[in-house]
Amino acid sequence: MANPSLEAVNLSKRFGEFPAVSNLNLKIEGSKCVGFLGPNGAGKTTTLKMFTDLIRSTSGQALINGVNVHTHKREALASVGSLIETPEIYPSLTPREALMMIAEIRGVPAAERTKSIEAAISEVRMEKWIDKRVGKFSKGMKQRICIASALLSNPSILILDEPTTGLDPRGMSEVRGIVKSLKGKKRLIFMSSHLLSEVAEVCDEVAIIDHGKLMIYDTIPNVTAKFSGGENLVEVGLNRPVDDALLDGTIAGLPDVLSVKKKDGKTLSIRFSGDLAVQERLLGDLVRLNIGVVSYKPSSSELEDAYLKLIKATL
Amino acid sequence: MINMSETYPSSGNVVPSSIAQVGIITKYTFLDYFRSRRFLVLAIITLLIGFLLTFAVGYYNPPGFRGGTSLNFYGNWWGSVTTFVVILSGIFFGGDAISGEFQNKTGYFGIPNPINRSSIYVGKWLAAFLASTIILGVFTVITLGNGIAYFGLDIPIEFWESVLFTWLYLVSVLGFTFFFSAVFKSSSIAILTTVILFLFVFGIIELVAGALAHVEPWFILTYGAAIISNVFLVPYPPHITVLEAGPLNLTTYTATIPQGIAIMAVYFIITFILGLLLFQRKEFT
Repeated sequence: MANPSLEAVNLSKRFGEFPAVSNLNLKIEGSKCVGFLGPNGAGKTTTLKMFTDLIRSTSGQALINGVNVHTHKREALASVGSLIETPEIYPSLTPREALMMIAEIRGVPAAERTKSIEAAISEVRMEKWIDKRVGKFSKGMKQRICIASALLSNPSILILDEPTTGLDPRGMSEVRGIVKSLKGKKRLIFMSSHLLSEVAEVCDEVAIIDHGKLMIYDTIPNVTAKFSGGENLVEVGLNRPVDDALLDGTIAGLPDVLSVKKKDGKTLSIRFSGDLAVQERLLGDLVRLNIGVVSYKPSSSELEDAYLKLIKATL
Repeated sequence: MINMSETYPSSGNVVPSSIAQVGIITKYTFLDYFRSRRFLVLAIITLLIGFLLTFAVGYYNPPGFRGGTSLNFYGNWWGSVTTFVVILSGIFFGGDAISGEFQNKTGYFGIPNPINRSSIYVGKWLAAFLASTIILGVFTVITLGNGIAYFGLDIPIEFWESVLFTWLYLVSVLGFTFFFSAVFKSSSIAILTTVILFLFVFGIIELVAGALAHVEPWFILTYGAAIISNVFLVPYPPHITVLEAGPLNLTTYTATIPQGIAIMAVYFIITFILGLLLFQRKEFT
């Protein structure tokens, strides 16, 4: 099976005279998580809706695995799980019944449906509510059921529009955990979000859109590097405090490292010059120093800086 | 955390045919309707109507019911009330069937799946038809129960003809309410428009067109549906009746049976297709 792919070809959408999306050309391919960023009204949700048949493009094509969503919807969306805005579920149905409907529509084999539904419900921690009617649920609970619905048929592509909206902090954290766990083999996740820290934590790449136009699409380190003069920032989590001498001497002296700061006793901010290959090598160097590295991720503030510079440039 | 790729089945899913998906939507929408408060309310209204009629006929013995022929009984009982039950069913189950997908955002749950919008539309229509059929079935049973109690198994053929026409009327009313539900994104406006049309506008147009303008109101659904009660009249009323009232000539038109069937069928076909096309083109903005 080929890599999962999403492609916008000259994709445009106008609402009257207002161009919500203008000639968007974007191809995302492979197993990865791509964050879709942009200010309010930039065209993120409109784009995702065109990929899920909720609205039609004015011109251009939305292709999923090379299949046009509007002309061959059933084929195009067969391998897609999605969550757009905050859907409502028929209020008199239970989560089990609502998910059974989706499982049947998606063609999950009859023998696997019950197991799939229970696994999806368990994933969003709604086991206790599986046989209660949805009409009595809070917005956050419904959002969890809708996330379960998106996961139901083990789709190779997930399209998520601000999936943590309406969830409490614990729910947001759990959803981020789910998305991270889904970044497995042969799965492409395209996720819009307003939360840059969320995107920096979960995603491998970002596409930034503004005024309906694609501003940039690249890996997070490359995007941040582009707006920081080739410099990148990573946050390194440690399981024990690091010695100042080691910090200022050995770590600061590693190849391509520009500066090192202690954020707190167990977190370092390391600014370095270079691309993903340098970032990978730096991780190896740090691990070899045996300083107790337990996490290593691009700094969300770095992405935020890049985002703000890019958006400011389009005002 | 569960490892999704191991827990979930392999994605070798085969999306069912569009017809099979219609069945799936029908099944779950019907379940939703069946458990809903509106179904309960409509069932109570229907039972109440049946109970009041049973009591009134049994206690007060009004003329044209148990004192006359079985044809009169069924004509007065069924012919006078059943269209009201049909219109209520159409409003209750069709009024917000499509507009609710937009206003209540249930469309965001179903539409981004490998299913054509036409399957959702047809499935929801069938679910509304089934739910309405149950309500109408309840009223049919009450009518037959009373009829058999007074006249035994002497059930006139006209009753069964009228029942068939009533179901055809239900089909066309649901086609019509689904169309208006597809026109508006607001459920309350869709329902209100349907209520005003059926309870006021159609009647007024029929009166003005027929009696005053001398134009046969063949384009009004309720004109065609009059065959539901007219079929009990023996002989069947003439197609055109002119009443001379001083300087005024009042013309009354009565739809013939084939005409009534054609009007209801055409109404259904046109409104169903238009509603379906609207739903296919409408956007979730």
